[in-house]
Amino acid sequence: MAMKKLSNTRPNMAVEVAGIQMRNPIMPASGTFGYGEEYTPFIDLNRLGAVVTKGLSLKPKAGNAMPRIAETTSGMLNAIGLQNVGVDAFIRDKIPFLSRFDTPVIVNFFGNTLDEYGEVAARLNDLPGIAGVELNISCPNVKAGGIVFGTDPSAASEVVALVRSKLQKPLIVKLTPNVTDISVIARAVEEAGADAICCINTLTGMSIDIRTRKPRLANMTGGLSGPAIRPVAVRMVYQVAQHVKIPVIGVGGIVNAMDALEFLIAGATAVQVGTANFVDPTAMISIIEGVEAFCLDEGIEDIHQVIGSLQL
Amino acid sequence: MQNYKTIILSNQEISPGYFRMRILAPGFGAQARSGQFLMFRVQRSLPPLLRRPFGIFRVGVLPPDCEGMEPKEFVEILYKVVGSGTGIMCELHGGDHVELLGPLGTGFFSSAPKKEKILVGGGIGLVPLYMLASELVEQSSVRLLMGGRTRDDILAVTEFERLGVETYVSTDDGSLGEEGLVTEVLKRKLVKYRDAEVYACGPMPMLKAVRDICYNRGVALQVSLEAHMACGVGACLGCVVKGAAHTEETPQYLCCCKAGPVFKAESLDWGKIDSDDASCGGYA
Repeated sequence: MAMKKLSNTRPNMAVEVAGIQMRNPIMPASGTFGYGEEYTPFIDLNRLGAVVTKGLSLKPKAGNAMPRIAETTSGMLNAIGLQNVGVDAFIRDKIPFLSRFDTPVIVNFFGNTLDEYGEVAARLNDLPGIAGVELNISCPNVKAGGIVFGTDPSAASEVVALVRSKLQKPLIVKLTPNVTDISVIARAVEEAGADAICCINTLTGMSIDIRTRKPRLANMTGGLSGPAIRPVAVRMVYQVAQHVKIPVIGVGGIVNAMDALEFLIAGATAVQVGTANFVDPTAMISIIEGVEAFCLDEGIEDIHQVIGSLQL
Repeated sequence: MQNYKTIILSNQEISPGYFRMRILAPGFGAQARSGQFLMFRVQRSLPPLLRRPFGIFRVGVLPPDCEGMEPKEFVEILYKVVGSGTGIMCELHGGDHVELLGPLGTGFFSSAPKKEKILVGGGIGLVPLYMLASELVEQSSVRLLMGGRTRDDILAVTEFERLGVETYVSTDDGSLGEEGLVTEVLKRKLVKYRDAEVYACGPMPMLKAVRDICYNRGVALQVSLEAHMACGVGACLGCVVKGAAHTEETPQYLCCCKAGPVFKAESLDWGKIDSDDASCGGYA
């Protein structure tokens, strides 16, 4: 007798990104989830597709002056300045904790110079307990490093090729939206050896206190995140997915399952949740459950039936 | 700490522009320590996007509505209506659904039981001092020096008196209590009570003045800083303040939400603190 598919059969949510196996396509965006520890009182890290840590540099970095954050309509500006503990302290203090979980750890990192990018990559390559790395060439809030490499195709290509030469681990490259055509940068980093692309980082923005007539951030400008940027992010994820063969991780303003599904349909293999973690520390769990519920409702057996399913 | 999806029990204006909100929160009181705070989600829909941090005023238990029901454990916050978030909050009523995350942060540090305790509150900065006072009165004599711009900014003083706290009120315009700054009252009290320990919460200029007074007299001081925050749990690094070891070459930034909001005065770099510290560009 032919069995009719039961409506309560749980869909297969597992995805593979850059060779990293994930139980579902939901992970935090770097910089919004600390080193994972900060959120363990609220959520079980074993339920996430992956954990992505705060951006690391070779040496500890102090970050920018205050104020560093400002709320805007349906979004927030930040100019933290990549404050982080540095590679050595990360290896010593954070890796042992993260290794206790059965969830892939993706380490986001950046360098002030090309050499630094290479050096950090070499350090991370030898580390057990790390499933892959996310190369940040897109931070808008620091003078050196970051966005300097991410806005020019040949500079992007150069840094990705260098990191690739030092690193056998899966390599995700995180792109900035602050460019004329993101697909050009995406193709350049794909050719230089990236295993996946993550987009988008924050959009450069500015907000002014009308009474003091001063910028609301000490850094003057900051990165805009949150629901305000989501349509821009969906557009760019779609564009990038059309132009590269490697998987795309979609990020930008996701706060619920519907938002996450929008990115998956646009062509993202997985998504990152950022600012929503601040609003609701349990947001990622709600999103995972919501995406599953959507699949059940729609009779979808595998999340891959959703990925890139945009109808034109 | 946990995320409570709960309801408001009551929300009343206690002075022009100041409200007291009582929120149902089973188990919250058992975890909460004086000086800690919570992150309040103003409403389920957006905006406002970010949660707002509020100091815990007090925790307590109400008797059950009728036989067979659970007693109601609650947490109380006092807040001043200053922007869009608190503007929405003050329109909420008992029974409305809200979310709160807490208790969060490092509270007041314990200290020698016998010493005289002087609490200095500026306006809404009074909030974390109530729970502290209720603990300190068990072992020490406690004095509250409460300052505000006008009488409207003087809150809950009789509640402190009911704990057995001796209270001194000062206002800038003399509309209630003594006319002048609360720091002038502090200077006088420290002449009499040289061994006192001081706890302060209020606007940064007041805290700096209190710090200078205590520093010059060798008096121990703990301060509770108010900061705008995005996450409240040490992840976003948006609410930092400069620590005592801070230099341009080796900066030391401490998260108000995690290392604080209560700091021993000596752990902060007062020379480099300005009104931008432990603040943000503001909420939308």
